[in-house]
Amino acid sequence: MTRQNKSDIVFHVRRYNPEGNEKPYWQNYLVHTETGMTVLDGLMEIKESQDPTLNFRSSCGMGVCGSCGMLINGRPALACSTQILEITDRDLTIAPLPNFDIIKDLVPELSSLFIKHSSVYPYILNNEKDEMDRPTGEFYQDQQELTEYLQFTYCIKCGICMSACPTLSTDPEYLGPQALTQAYRYNRDSRDEGFNVRKEVVSSINGVFKCHYAGECSNVCPKGVDPARAIQLLKRELVLDYLRMKKTKVKCKVCEKRKDSRKPEIPEAPPYDVL
Amino acid sequence: MQETKYWTWHMISGVIILILLGIHMITNHLSSLLGWFNPLGGESTEWGNLIERGKLMAYVIMYVLLLATVLYHGFYGCRKIIFELGISYRYKKVTNILFIIFGVFLFIIGCLATFTFYIIANAAL
Repeated sequence: MTRQNKSDIVFHVRRYNPEGNEKPYWQNYLVHTETGMTVLDGLMEIKESQDPTLNFRSSCGMGVCGSCGMLINGRPALACSTQILEITDRDLTIAPLPNFDIIKDLVPELSSLFIKHSSVYPYILNNEKDEMDRPTGEFYQDQQELTEYLQFTYCIKCGICMSACPTLSTDPEYLGPQALTQAYRYNRDSRDEGFNVRKEVVSSINGVFKCHYAGECSNVCPKGVDPARAIQLLKRELVLDYLRMKKTKVKCKVCEKRKDSRKPEIPEAPPYDVL
Repeated sequence: MQETKYWTWHMISGVIILILLGIHMITNHLSSLLGWFNPLGGESTEWGNLIERGKLMAYVIMYVLLLATVLYHGFYGCRKIIFELGISYRYKKVTNILFIIFGVFLFIIGCLATFTFYIIANAAL
């Protein structure tokens, strides 16, 4: 039987409205907290019963969507995955994610993250244009090839790694751990042939070589992704490519569709021309 | 691709410095303990020993190489620190040019000093 804890926690929330306030300020709320309450639950309690003007972003409430990233007791984390009584029994400070502009209160402006993310071509680039446009089957990938990049696919684009990055805090032009990890994820994919396209971006002046390897991005990632490792491996890929020692990728085979593998009740996708 | 090139050579120069600086430390500071590269015996910094070592072309080449790698390694590090201050692309370009000019200038001065000493050492025969 789990022991039930109850406590009154003071939420110190950093408030800021760019249209009304010259600078951010702190506002305190007293929240009655019980075991099992997350920081997001606490904020919702404040918004419902104490201050409807408090702004924060959330969606799924179970660590999947990545909307509720914020700085909780000085550490960037997802509010929905952080149990209040596990980190404090008295005071809780909540601020928006650092290294991003603030839209309002605890809502960061994440567009810089998405711009950087899209700049590294985060999708499969394959030279077989006909097969990409009109697929005759599937690109075959074995378990080993999947394992090489699988952990990097868990990124939910919450921006927490970016907010923990010390390089990004001094240099906003740096691509940052999220985008670089995704570049590595696609470079390692056996179906992908876009290394030469991506290397122009990731080896630019704001690219991978700005990383100091502080490793904070990996410490704070709520999904257990290791961006610091991805960045180091990406550096290695680039250096080996420069020294002409990089192994050439084995061309990914296309497995033709087996007619008997499909359940008869599932309809075929419409032909390409219809789309 | 330029940054990959610069960073790769930064790493390579680091390894070269480790080796060459190791040789420098052994010959100039630890020879009384180890007794290596100390042709006349006694302190390694004695004039006679300096002259004996200075006569060798291998030493000249080693110190020119050490100078080049140290300058490259150091200036690349400074360049990275300056670039992280968030300066504009134009100033980054200016910084690059200034570092190249200053680096080449220091390299020429260093080479002149090294070769001058080589000439003096061989003339002292």
